[in-house]
Amino acid sequence: MPMSMDLLLLAEQGLNGLQLGVMLFLMAAGLTLVFGIMDLINLAHGSFYMVGAYLTAALVPVLGGFLPALAVAVLLTALLGLAVEAVALRTLYRRDHLDQVLATFGLILFFNELIRILFGPVPIFLNPPAALAGTVDLWGLTYPAFRLAILGTGLAVALGLWLLISKTRVGMLIRAGATNREMVMALGVDVRLLFGLVFALGCGLAGLAGAMAGPVLAVQVGMGEQILILTFVVIVIGGIGSIRGAFAGALLVGVVDTLGRALLPATFRLVMDAASANAAGAAAASMAIYVLMALVLAVRPKGLFPAA
Amino acid sequence: MTRSLLALTSVALLAASPVLADPLKVGMITTLSGPGAGLGIDIRDGFALATEHLGGKLGGQDTQIVEADDQQKPDVAVGLANRMVERDRVNVVTGIVWSNLALAMMPTLAAGKTLFVSPNAGPSQLAGSQCNPYFFNVAYQNDTIHEAMGKHVQDAGFKKVYLLAPNYPAGKDSLAGFKRYYKGTVAGEVYTQVGQLDYAAELAQLKAAAPDAVFAFYPGGMGINFIKQFEQAGLKGATPLFGPGFSFDQDILAAVGEAALGAKNSAQWSPDLDTPANASFVKDFKAKFNRIPSMYAAQGYDAALLIDAAVKGVGGDLKDKDKLRAAMKAAKFDGLRGSFRLNNNQFPIQNVYLREVVKGADGTITNKLAGTVFTDHADSYAKDCAMK
Repeated sequence: MPMSMDLLLLAEQGLNGLQLGVMLFLMAAGLTLVFGIMDLINLAHGSFYMVGAYLTAALVPVLGGFLPALAVAVLLTALLGLAVEAVALRTLYRRDHLDQVLATFGLILFFNELIRILFGPVPIFLNPPAALAGTVDLWGLTYPAFRLAILGTGLAVALGLWLLISKTRVGMLIRAGATNREMVMALGVDVRLLFGLVFALGCGLAGLAGAMAGPVLAVQVGMGEQILILTFVVIVIGGIGSIRGAFAGALLVGVVDTLGRALLPATFRLVMDAASANAAGAAAASMAIYVLMALVLAVRPKGLFPAA
Repeated sequence: MTRSLLALTSVALLAASPVLADPLKVGMITTLSGPGAGLGIDIRDGFALATEHLGGKLGGQDTQIVEADDQQKPDVAVGLANRMVERDRVNVVTGIVWSNLALAMMPTLAAGKTLFVSPNAGPSQLAGSQCNPYFFNVAYQNDTIHEAMGKHVQDAGFKKVYLLAPNYPAGKDSLAGFKRYYKGTVAGEVYTQVGQLDYAAELAQLKAAAPDAVFAFYPGGMGINFIKQFEQAGLKGATPLFGPGFSFDQDILAAVGEAALGAKNSAQWSPDLDTPANASFVKDFKAKFNRIPSMYAAQGYDAALLIDAAVKGVGGDLKDKDKLRAAMKAAKFDGLRGSFRLNNNQFPIQNVYLREVVKGADGTITNKLAGTVFTDHADSYAKDCAMK
């Protein structure tokens, strides 16, 4: 194989890694906001991701297009988050993390069963919009158009969150809340409203992640839990509560995971026979992000960019 | 002391209470929650439809079905097997989807002399040297379906095939089974994580290897992820995609739509298989559950028919467990796949077909028969089984 082909493949894998990272960022941003500002461990974050995907899939035939379906689904998911915060979570802020884990785990079971009742046990259909269904040519590299759309969406969300948090008044309150909640309350800020908004924003982002992941992945009951573990790895690496950390952590996890899967089996084949290399490479690739997490925590126990 | 006396008395009272005809009790241990639930629910519903077709009586006996969710966890499945043997005292346990769970449950059920009818899991261990008189498989031996695809790809003249499967025992068996019949070059052999979501890295490597065909074993949600991403990467149409029926079954087709069109796959059953029982099964299943049945639903249906035949064989006398077991081994009936028979290892001897994913007249995406790969095929492990 000529060198240029190898380089092209490596570039494609790098792009794949960034794209996976950006998708993880959409999930991680909401989770880390809620954790950092409200001090709430929300295991049910994956449920909102699932709800976002299901609503988008259900709304595409009704609204006749992917984009309007996505917009309405994200809005509805955020409203659902607002309702869940008011009904189920508000009483949990003062309780310790174990109680929160138990309660939000209960929410996972509730939402999984609810979706199963509403949509049935079989995974449902969701495709990219026709305009983004094919591939595009990037300087000799054929790349799925919808994955580029995910990349663009994620970067836009990252930019938007940065503007929101560092340039607006609400963002200032969010930052203040993350640093010292009691002081913010003492200054007369309606923390209840602030928390509700932050939680709804987190849920909306999870819904957006679900809507963007739906055309690429299986839209099925339990899809949220599959990605939740990865999301937790991301925010632990990035530093809990930090959007910047979530962004860096997500890209790092995406790139390490993708390059691990792409390169490790081939690397192992240099030193052992093909059959063992395939198995050992696959096993090592599946461990790569956890090794990364261990290394990061060994050097920086609070993650790359701890929030305050 | 008093408590155990009391317990003994009540047991004695129960035993003495007038016995009408013993009802048949079937333990339905299957996966009803989590990402694998679609398969378990299809098995359960197929079984329920067969019971309904038989007037609620398997083998003419009143039938009671005890349902339990194994959550796709071996430890939960073993606990349930224990409960079914000790407390519910079922005559037969069925429903199991996953091979690792079936293997874990086997010792408990064999010790309790409880018949274990697998409507799906067919691990090589239980087909070969560790075959068990209490284990019956009504579906297939795991390797068979993959072997059939290997044979078809070989016969169709492909020379450079790229192989992918999840990194777990069934995934390795799959590719081993495929390679037992495919003799050309292996352009790549890739094992991915179980439950993996993103296949971009693997698809990029695949494209660079430029194979003339791809064989992928990805059941359930993994199959949906893979098929969608395979199409989005521009590979559909450029490189033919093959797989066992599990990668292209009805549970997956509904979710991927036209992305799977044209894919060839192998299975022991198809919705359009022309047998007298199958046509009414497909029609009634659609009417009752509002979806096209999958392989798993058909297997659940046949599991009920096997139990029905066994109970008929002993004339409804369920007391003698060994007689019931012998009757099951000797059972002859017309199932959804036609005349059904078991090999010495109590796995089916059957045809394996080639299917193609097509768009039906009403716009639904489904499988259509495209040929027969194996006729009266026995699995390759039966010779290692000591049972006659």
